[in-house]
Amino acid sequence: MPDWLSPEAATALMLSLRVSLVATLASLPVGILVAYALARGRFVGHGLLNGLVHLPLILPPVVTGYLLLLTFGRQGWIGASLWDWFGFTFAFRWTGAALAAAVMAFPLLVRAIRLAIEAVDPRLEEAASTLGASRLVVFLTVTLPLILPGIIAGAVLAFAKAMGEFGATITFVANIPGETQTLPTAIYAFLQVPGGDGAALRLVAVSVVVAMVALAVSEGLSRRVARRIAGK
Amino acid sequence: MTLEIHLRHDFPDFRLEIDLVLPGGLTCLFGRSGSGKTSIVNAVAGLLRPDEARIVLDGSVLNDLPPHRREVGYVFQDARLFPHMTVAENLTYGPRVRRRRVEGMARVVELLGIGGLLSRRPGTLSGGEKQRVAIGRALLAAPRILLMDEPLAALDEARKAEILPYIEALRDETRLPILYVSHALPEVARLATSIAVIEAGRVAAMGPAAEILSDPVTAPLLGLRDAGAVLTARIASHEDDGLTRLETSAGPLWLPHVAGEPGRVVRVRIAAQDVILSRDRPVGLSALNILPGAVVALHEGQGPGVIVRLSLGSEFLLARVTRRSALALGLAPGVAVHAVLKSVAVAQADIGAAASSG
Repeated sequence: MPDWLSPEAATALMLSLRVSLVATLASLPVGILVAYALARGRFVGHGLLNGLVHLPLILPPVVTGYLLLLTFGRQGWIGASLWDWFGFTFAFRWTGAALAAAVMAFPLLVRAIRLAIEAVDPRLEEAASTLGASRLVVFLTVTLPLILPGIIAGAVLAFAKAMGEFGATITFVANIPGETQTLPTAIYAFLQVPGGDGAALRLVAVSVVVAMVALAVSEGLSRRVARRIAGK
Repeated sequence: MTLEIHLRHDFPDFRLEIDLVLPGGLTCLFGRSGSGKTSIVNAVAGLLRPDEARIVLDGSVLNDLPPHRREVGYVFQDARLFPHMTVAENLTYGPRVRRRRVEGMARVVELLGIGGLLSRRPGTLSGGEKQRVAIGRALLAAPRILLMDEPLAALDEARKAEILPYIEALRDETRLPILYVSHALPEVARLATSIAVIEAGRVAAMGPAAEILSDPVTAPLLGLRDAGAVLTARIASHEDDGLTRLETSAGPLWLPHVAGEPGRVVRVRIAAQDVILSRDRPVGLSALNILPGAVVALHEGQGPGVIVRLSLGSEFLLARVTRRSALALGLAPGVAVHAVLKSVAVAQADIGAAASSG
């Protein structure tokens, strides 16, 4: 780490990267599945699932954080069982920060992937099925490669959202340096103490750089994939 | 090969009710757009789940199987190539997803003339090339039957002419039964060994192509303007003035240059409206082709026209004349007439390879 970044700030940066990466990667498979169900599925509860997925987007983040605490806290109805059976808890751990980030980023992830799936011509999937591919194989060999740009876009969006998540994180797992203090909560903490402006400003600069790099990487990847699937 | 199709399905606006038993060879489902032809092939492929269906191919029941287990090849109107794969990857998709060895690649590639395209991507191919690759892809999946849903409809005349010989070769050189949907009669006349005429969700007529095409009763179903019978002819010689002399069972026929070596057997579609009838053998006439025959049947339609079925040698020809002429000539079954045909009336697109069986 460059020495112009205090150890505390450096820890927050590394933690934020880890939290965001884990949140994005862990929610990707679920996100693809939910997006596929929403785009192609005709089932009872379609509207309910759609509403649930979008809930974190429209609820105040503090409310989402509090609901996570009620559900996954040590005394929560899922959290208590997790603790009793596996000795595992999200509460006040970096994994909890990742969970909060994943939940908050989920609507953005699903939306991007769903749009990509809806843009895939179902007639290509029909053609694949007449050639002997089962639904799963059709998905893996036709649908998935064609929605790759949407998956990349959704993942980058989710990563950026996770990097910036504040309200749900601080409500669910608080702001513990070295455990749950991410970039935004660290900036907030620096701003609470006199003379913390300089440290906060450096973290702000770091945030900007991380966001730009993520964007550039996704642009490059998307362009390559798009060229490949345009069939040229 | 036999394919039995029994279907009943209620669409919001019409009912499909089909009972068909198809022989081998190339069977055309012919009918107007919206008559239900595509629904029939979709039901065979499993892409449409009808209210009631019984589809039996050579003793095995298909209707309960999902599409990927039916082993039917399907060539769609829009080629539907996978854009993220090369031509070679598209071609081998079927065997790859079934984890089988790719068999017959060289033969299919040669049959369709797509050897030069293998490393290209679909986005860089012309419409005709795409459709040839789509046919190859369906063939390499080793289907038990090939379904083709208006594979030429999206192509211009030049591209159609490019692909038709490949489909003829497919019909004549493989033993694969083909179910071919079309609403273009010239194409049907060139390709079909059997024809099922579909009208408003039902089978209006079904039989060997030569019979259906030369039947004055079914001709109106095919469209009066396009009605016409098919003659089988052997190329006899190419003459110096650009004409080709063909031998038919009724006598010689001169047509503008027909491609092919002498001895090659071709099918020639002769539109009913291009045939003139004469009781006596006309003299001093510019038309080159005068074939003697006899009236077999007359069919009066709604308008002022009459469709006349003639027997010429061992084959049949349709002629469309006015009711007034029919009366004046005293046309009736058994009456001897001469069919007169201008050489230039037969378009190149109406001449194709003859099925080996016919």
